[in-house]
Formats: sequence, C-alpha cells, structure tokens
Amino acid sequence: MKKKKLAWLIIPALLLSALLYNCSNSDNAGNFSDAASKVYVAPGTHDEFYAFMSGGFSGQVSVYGLPSGRLFRVISVFSQNPETGYGYSEESKPMLATSYGNIPWDDAHHPEFSQTDGVPDGRWLFINGNNTPRIARIDLKSFETTEIIEIPNSAGNHGSPFVTENSEYVVASTRFSVPVPQKDVSISSYKENFKGTISFIKVDPNSGKMNLGFQIIVPGFDYDLAHAGKGVSHGWAFFSCYNSEQANSLLEINASQNDKDFVAAVNWKAAEKYLAQGKGKTVSTEYYRNHFDEEKHLALSEKNTQVTVLDPKDCPGLIYYLPTPKSPHGVNIDPSGEYIVAGGKLSTVLPVHSFSKMLKAIENKDFLGDVDGIPILKYESVIAGEVKDPGLGPLHTEFDNNGNAYTSAFLSSEIVKWKVGSWEIIDRVPTYYSIGHLMIPGGDSRKPWGKYVVALNKITKDRYLPTGPELTQSAQLFDISGDKMKLLLDFPTIGEPHYAQAIPAEILEKNSKRIYEIEKNKNPYAAKSENEARVERKGNVVRVYLTTTRSHFKPDNIEGIKIGDKVFFHVTNLEQDWDIPHGFAIKGATNSELLVMPGQTKTLAWNPLKEGIYPFYCTDFCSALHQEMQGYVRVSASGSSTKLLFN
Amino acid sequence: MKKRSRIMVLVATLLLIGLYFFPIWNIDLTAPQYPEGIGLRIWINQITGEKEHDLKNINGLNHYIGMKKIEPESIPELKIMPYIAAGFILFGFITFLLKNRNILAIWIILLIVGLGIGLYDFYMWGYDYGHNLNPNAPIKVPGMTYQPPLLGGKQLLNIHAESLPGTGGLIAVTSITLAIISFYIDRKKKRI
Repeated sequence: MKKKKLAWLIIPALLLSALLYNCSNSDNAGNFSDAASKVYVAPGTHDEFYAFMSGGFSGQVSVYGLPSGRLFRVISVFSQNPETGYGYSEESKPMLATSYGNIPWDDAHHPEFSQTDGVPDGRWLFINGNNTPRIARIDLKSFETTEIIEIPNSAGNHGSPFVTENSEYVVASTRFSVPVPQKDVSISSYKENFKGTISFIKVDPNSGKMNLGFQIIVPGFDYDLAHAGKGVSHGWAFFSCYNSEQANSLLEINASQNDKDFVAAVNWKAAEKYLAQGKGKTVSTEYYRNHFDEEKHLALSEKNTQVTVLDPKDCPGLIYYLPTPKSPHGVNIDPSGEYIVAGGKLSTVLPVHSFSKMLKAIENKDFLGDVDGIPILKYESVIAGEVKDPGLGPLHTEFDNNGNAYTSAFLSSEIVKWKVGSWEIIDRVPTYYSIGHLMIPGGDSRKPWGKYVVALNKITKDRYLPTGPELTQSAQLFDISGDKMKLLLDFPTIGEPHYAQAIPAEILEKNSKRIYEIEKNKNPYAAKSENEARVERKGNVVRVYLTTTRSHFKPDNIEGIKIGDKVFFHVTNLEQDWDIPHGFAIKGATNSELLVMPGQTKTLAWNPLKEGIYPFYCTDFCSALHQEMQGYVRVSASGSSTKLLFN
Repeated sequence: MKKRSRIMVLVATLLLIGLYFFPIWNIDLTAPQYPEGIGLRIWINQITGEKEHDLKNINGLNHYIGMKKIEPESIPELKIMPYIAAGFILFGFITFLLKNRNILAIWIILLIVGLGIGLYDFYMWGYDYGHNLNPNAPIKVPGMTYQPPLLGGKQLLNIHAESLPGTGGLIAVTSITLAIISFYIDRKKKRI
C-alpha cells in the first residue's frame, strides 16, 4: 500500500517536471528562432556589413557578410593560390619577394582598415605577415592585394599593422627579439645581443604606398600587440610586451615570473621631431617592397638597403613603459582615446591605463626606474581603474558606441561586457570554444557601429559535423544592441581567424570594381584585340599573346613549339562585361591555372618536356559554349623543323 | 496665323533641337544572366550602349545566333538623320516667320511622313538584323528569328527585349502633336 501511495506522488511530480522541461525547451527554441530571423538575409538581398577576417595560417583574408555569416571571397595575400594563379603567374610572382627569397606563404593575423579622422574609410585593408615580417595592403575597390612591404630587423611581425588616426602610419613591432643587425651569436647571449624594434610605416595619403618611415630600437622583450592612439591620444602608439624577464628558453615558465610586464607608449610625433633634428641613424639592412600596378596588371619588386633607426637613449620622451600585469596580450584604446586597456593573459584583473594620467605622471617624473634609458612609470600613477574578475585569460577588448567595452577571455571562454569609467561588469556570455580575438564593426576606431560582436574562436570541437581530426575554424555572432548579449549564429571560417574588421556595406559596395578597362590595360604583353593575338619566337623564348572572349581563344592552334622552349602564355581577357572571367589551363602545367578578370592580362610560364599535342582550355564556365573554349599546342623535338604556326 | 498658334510652332521647332541631345529609341534587354540589364540607345547620329560597354557586349552575345555586328559607323541612316532633322527645324522656323497656314500644313505632313519613314526604316533595320543570320552560327533554332520588337516587349530565347521611344522619340512625337494642335487652333479661330 505504501509503495502505491508513493507512486501516486511520483507520477504527478514526473509529469510536472516533464512539463517544466518542455517549457524551458520551447523557450530555448523560441530564442533561437528569433535569432534566425536576425541573421536571415533573404536570397538576392545583401548583408549589412562586410567582415574581413584574417586567414591565420592560410596566409589569406576572407570576406564575409554580416549578419548572415556567408563567405563571399578569399583574397590572396601572402600565400600562392593556384586557383587564380596568384603567386604563380609571372605578373604576381614579385608580390611574394622578400630578402629571404620568394616566400609563398605566411601567417596572417590582424586586418586593419585605413582610417580618416579615426574612422574606417573603406580605402584599404592592411594585414600583417607574422612569420617573414611583412605588411600587405589590399585595395578595397578591387579586393586585391596591391602592395607588400617587408619589415627588416624584425622577427615575428605580430604587433602589426595598426593604423594611426589618419593612416599616417601603420605600426609594427617584433614579437621575437633578435640580434639587430643579425649576427651569428650564442642564443644564451640573449640579454646582451638581442633587441626589439618598433617600426612606423608611412602611408601615402593619396596612393596608399607604404614606405618604412623609421624604426625604434628597444630592449629585447617580446612585443606582442599594438594600437595607435586616437582623439586625445593621437600622436601616440601603444605596444604591449611580455618576457620583460628576457628569457630565451622555456618561455612559458621563464617569461611568466615578473608580476608586471609593460605597455610601451611611443610618442611618434616626438619621433618625427627627432628625425627632423637628424637624430635618426641610417642603418644598412635589406628588405623588399612589392607593388602591384593595377594598370599594368603587373607587380614590381624593389629592394631597399637602408632604414632610419632611432635609439631612445638619444631621444628623451620618445618612449615610456606602463607597468602592466601580467604577460599582457592585446592593447586596446577606447573610442575617446583616453583609456588604454591591456589584457594580461595571466592576470586576475584587467588594468585600464589613463592617457591623461600618463601625461601627468610623465610631467611629474613619477618614474619607478628605467630600462636602457626608457622610463618606467609608476603603476599607481597611470592606472585609471581595474576591471575585477574579467574572466580567465583576458586577451582583447573592443568597444561599442554606448560606452561599453567587450573583453574576450580565452580560458573561461567568454565575452565579458563592462562599463568604461565605472569598470563594472554588466554581462557575460559563453563562447564555443576558447575565444581569441573579438570584433565589433569599427570597434577599435573612434566610431564603432556597435550592433554586433563577432567571437573568433580557437577551438571548434563539437559545434559542427565532424570532418576527421582537422576541423573548421569557428566564429560566432552576437547581437549587442540590447543590454544583454545574445548569441545569434555560429559560422565556419577559413584558416585560423585571428583579428577581423567590419564596415557598413554601403561604404564599400558602391566602389567595388566590376571590370578592368581594356583601354587602360598597360601590360607590356597584352593583346588588346583579336587583331593583336599572335605567337612570337626569340631564340628559345616563345611568347603567345592569347586573347579570350566568349567562347574562344585566339589563337587556338599553335605549332612549332619545341622541347627546351620557354613558353609564356600572355592571356588577355577581352571581355568588358561584369562577372565574365575566363580561365586558362594547359596539360602538364607545373605551376597553376590562371583566372583572368575582364580587361586583365596574366601570364603563365610553361616548359614542355615531352613531344606531343597539348590541349588547353577555359576553366571558368563562361558561357553556353564554354566546353568548346579550347585549343591545341603541338610540341616537337628540340631539333625538329616544325614551323611556327598559329591561327 | 494667330499669335498663340505661331508660338506653338516655335515651341515645336525648338523642341526638335532636343533630338540632338537625347536618344530617340531605347532597346533594353534582360536575361537570367543579365539581371542588371543591358541595352542600346539609338541617337540621331550614333548607337551606344546603355552602359559604357553594352554595345560591345551585345555584339559579343549576338555572335552566338549569327547576328551581324552593330557597327554605328557603317549605318548610313545615322549620317543622314542629323541633316533631315536640321531641315525640319529650319522648315519650322520658316513656318514661324512666314505665318502661312499652308506652309504649316506642309510642315506637319513632312513631319508625319518623316516619322513614318523613320519607323519603317527602323523596322526594316531590325528585320535585317533579326533575319539575316550567319548560317554557321553556333546557336541555330529552327524557325527562330531575332527581330527586336518595333514597340513593346518580346521574348527572344533567354533574352527579353523591350523597345520603346527614348526621350528624343518622345520629343519628336510631342513636337508633331503640338504642330497639329497649332494647326487645329488656327483653323478654329478663323471660323469664328
């Protein structure tokens, strides 16, 4: 009897809990169906923002739409791309030239828009190559990489390429200190021989052309990340650094001993004055600047052999160190320019330095000491406040336009929202999993468009269908228009996305190029009409001036090529119509195919090794008769008398 | 002729000057591959694309069906029409100055005949382009011709063609209408 009674009690309890469970479940589903409508961009309509994500170890930049999370394009930057011929075509090869030879890949971390008055202006996107120190500039009309400059005296170009308020400079700092200039020394002589450098790359305000303005030689720490000042702090740039211990082995332990490392505050306006006074020393080095000429459709490399270096010892007031707990990673400046937030990976608080307090401390000489002549300011004299319990492993901070800051915490895998000024935490949401950078459109500028925050996660695990040991990378979109952050969408990304940038679509959309004007094509090997299509031989160099138009090549039969010849296919796409690229592929090509945009010329080198007939064809389904767009090359023995023929 | 009537003749004459500044006829094409549209503008002395490269692109597309290239420099009408229009304008001024209703009548008749011949010629031009096709064309659809409509819309394979008078054409029609009204008003006044 007793058992039965109990059963009567248990059944309603079970029913009730099932009901409650159902309720909470439908509540969840309701939340996400609401989210679905917020990220749904109807077929044929456009996204609100362009997002540019670093491709990480892919070396490229990916272009997404927000809020849909749709991938539009991968822009080739530091890595060869056989799909388009980038880095393989004769025209684009020089883009990857460095003082270490042609480097066909890199590790791209931080995209950054050019700015005017501290606001992204949609002209260019800069991104760093971390491994072989470089900075690339992407033109946001063509969405193509148009310039790459190598940074000498650097190793691990991580703290880069952050722009000053009017893109006067993009900055770079060396993560790995090395002997400057390079020399063969014992690694254990680190403290004596290893130096860091901070570089300011001047950007031409009209053409965007980059020029290494000057470098500052600094103590051999690991300079990690940076951001330039803006508003009140315009004229300064801030660089976080760890390993103030100057350890040279097992850094995970040996560089984690000091309670505080530093944020280096660099007064670049003062640097300009010192340069004008002739305090800069000209130092011999070697670095490349590669520039893609959009009218010639051709990249040119120039080798530079000198750089101007400033030594802080000769330039008082050029740099100050702000003590910052503990192994700081990101350094971010709020939209006003007053607050400098540094994410200490191992710190339990998030310190926020005050720019105005820093100026006062400098005036009062509130120094704790110095490192190699660089004054260390007192922590208490520069700190504006500390965000308590900012999550474990705080890394990066972005800002909205309502006075809120958003900090990513890697270890506790969350975004923490806090109030600038009161330093109180307002909200926190989990991320899946282990967020690195985060990004709000314009969130590191003077004018954030604070509608969304994107979490760029390091670990994906079970978020998508599994694809073997190697999984996709993952980004997450949150709505931040209300008080509480709301997860809207997970979407996969290429490479490992580090930092990202986003800008309202209307700023870029109207300027996006549709074709290259064939009339303006100044490539020396262009055939600008079918009348100019031809084949020319000079010694063993054969140049094929090939044109493409729907749906044929001209010429499409070529005879008289011989083994040992160096053949160049100069392919000009005569189309002047939107979205009509043509491809070019030839059997046995050891390099790549070409994808040629309307009005463009690209060149593929080809060295035939065996006699026979080699078909070539269009790889981009261009038209109804795309399959007919083909041709043949006849290859004869090296001594043969086959005449050069083409139609 | 009454003053009001004369002023109308003057306005009709001046309007015709617009023929030199606006396209007379528009042919607009859309297709699944051209959601943004692609089009021709027929001017008094030239044929251009709606957008910079449209003419080149239309010629490129037309080679699939074996249509002749539209080469404005080899179309004689485009050389003659500016003079004919100039003649009409001159005649209009003369009508305005001579104040003679009979001359106005002749002007109107000439204008209408001119318009009629122009439309017929345009039709024949379209007929020639649409029917006189290269027998080696890649795309041959039995019984299919590609004459653009004289006025209105027509589906030609994947392309929808829409043919309508342009601003210049509307100007011509307005001008003729004004001339007819002025003629009519003049007669009415005389009767009273």
